[in-house]
Amino acid sequence: MECVFGMVGDGFALVAADTSAVHSILVHKSNEDKVMILDSHKLLGASGEAGDRSFTEYIQKNVHVYEFRNGIPLTTAATANFTRCELALALRKVRPSCPVHIVFLVSQNPYFVNILLAGYDKNIGPSLYYIDYIATLHKVDKGAFGYGSYFTLSMMDRHYKSGMSLEEAIDLVDKCIIEIRSRLVVAPPNFVIKIVDKDGAREYAWRESIKDAAGVSAA
Amino acid sequence: MSRRYDSRTTIFSPEGRLYQVEYAMEAIGNAGAAIGILARDGVILVGEKKVTSKLLQTSRSTEKMYKIDDHLACAVAGIMSDANILINTARVQAQRYTFAYQEPMPIEQLVQSLCDTKQGYTQFGGLRPFGVSFLFAGWDKNYGFQLYMSDPSGNYSGWKAAAIGANNQAAQSMLKQDYKDDVTREEAMQLALKVLSKTMDSTSLTSEKLELAQIFLEPSGDVKYEVCKPELLEKLLVKHGVTQAPTEST
Repeated sequence: MECVFGMVGDGFALVAADTSAVHSILVHKSNEDKVMILDSHKLLGASGEAGDRSFTEYIQKNVHVYEFRNGIPLTTAATANFTRCELALALRKVRPSCPVHIVFLVSQNPYFVNILLAGYDKNIGPSLYYIDYIATLHKVDKGAFGYGSYFTLSMMDRHYKSGMSLEEAIDLVDKCIIEIRSRLVVAPPNFVIKIVDKDGAREYAWRESIKDAAGVSAA
Repeated sequence: MSRRYDSRTTIFSPEGRLYQVEYAMEAIGNAGAAIGILARDGVILVGEKKVTSKLLQTSRSTEKMYKIDDHLACAVAGIMSDANILINTARVQAQRYTFAYQEPMPIEQLVQSLCDTKQGYTQFGGLRPFGVSFLFAGWDKNYGFQLYMSDPSGNYSGWKAAAIGANNQAAQSMLKQDYKDDVTREEAMQLALKVLSKTMDSTSLTSEKLELAQIFLEPSGDVKYEVCKPELLEKLLVKHGVTQAPTEST
């Protein structure tokens, strides 16, 4: 039921994710932020098993360690490949870390987390990487995960063009959110949108139709 | 100087010295010299070959210069068998980085990683240090062309011009006098050959006794590591007025 999607525009990349934390039929909270800010110019949106989303924190700390150790930040491409490598290693190598679940159909304990990594590099510009839980890596202009992807990918196929302005892209994001809300049977009500451009990675807006607390106005 | 403290790597002497590490550096002082010079469009590495018997089969392999990765090479001075182990370690570390990040390993990170390995042999395990010093030359997108020198203690630093091996102190002071910032590769080659010819023991300087390699960028933007062919090297020696009377062909 989790929806994460993103796209690349003119000088920026954005990632939008739903904000519900669900356990079976119970919604624990509807303002769970699933888009992590990795460093000054990178965003990582993750959907999947709640416990495995801490994998994104592991990536964030490794990105920080690299920068502290070497005095230079990792590029978005290098981060994407590093993340993919970690997911790939978890597929086969016996890891000493404690597993979240015990019974799997695959050999070791893969992290059940699908990732959209957005970043901005000087001299390269914005980029978006699609990384799924079995370590598929693609550099894309637009991508989506979850049941919501059935709708968002179609909307993006219809309306996306490269080099969109921020207003056009947010408009497309809102169209996607409307589709998810109206067509997905157990649609998440609230979403968060984060962007990254030359000025850095930051939260752009929330789209809430169910307010737990005082927040941004509903879409 | 206390002889009681020099047989184990893992202990300091009362004066606070690690004798095994110092003895390793002594061993390097007897080896063939190598000089590295940073130019604005590349890095030059020149090495003195100690083994020059006419019986030696010189194939494509080199004695002093080794390629670690497409963008990084090194010159060695010291015990060759020790050097081979470290060069292999460096090559694996470079590929491991590229496997994880899909981009070439930044030069300083590789040097640091190799030096961490060397440091291990000065602190634990009871094994002797490696008797090799390196001059690393390469290019990366963060800092462009770089030259690093590392020694058996595991210390390293970046240099504009550096010398290792026999007579390295004399060579280093000569480089200090004559080096100018922003030299071209041609000028750097000339300086390196001049300094080496003055500090080498041998009476005549021919292309057989030297190895010269350079790292530079091709017009396509790719990093190139090139070992100078003997015929070309001979021409360079003549051109820069460095060669002495040509010896009869061997």
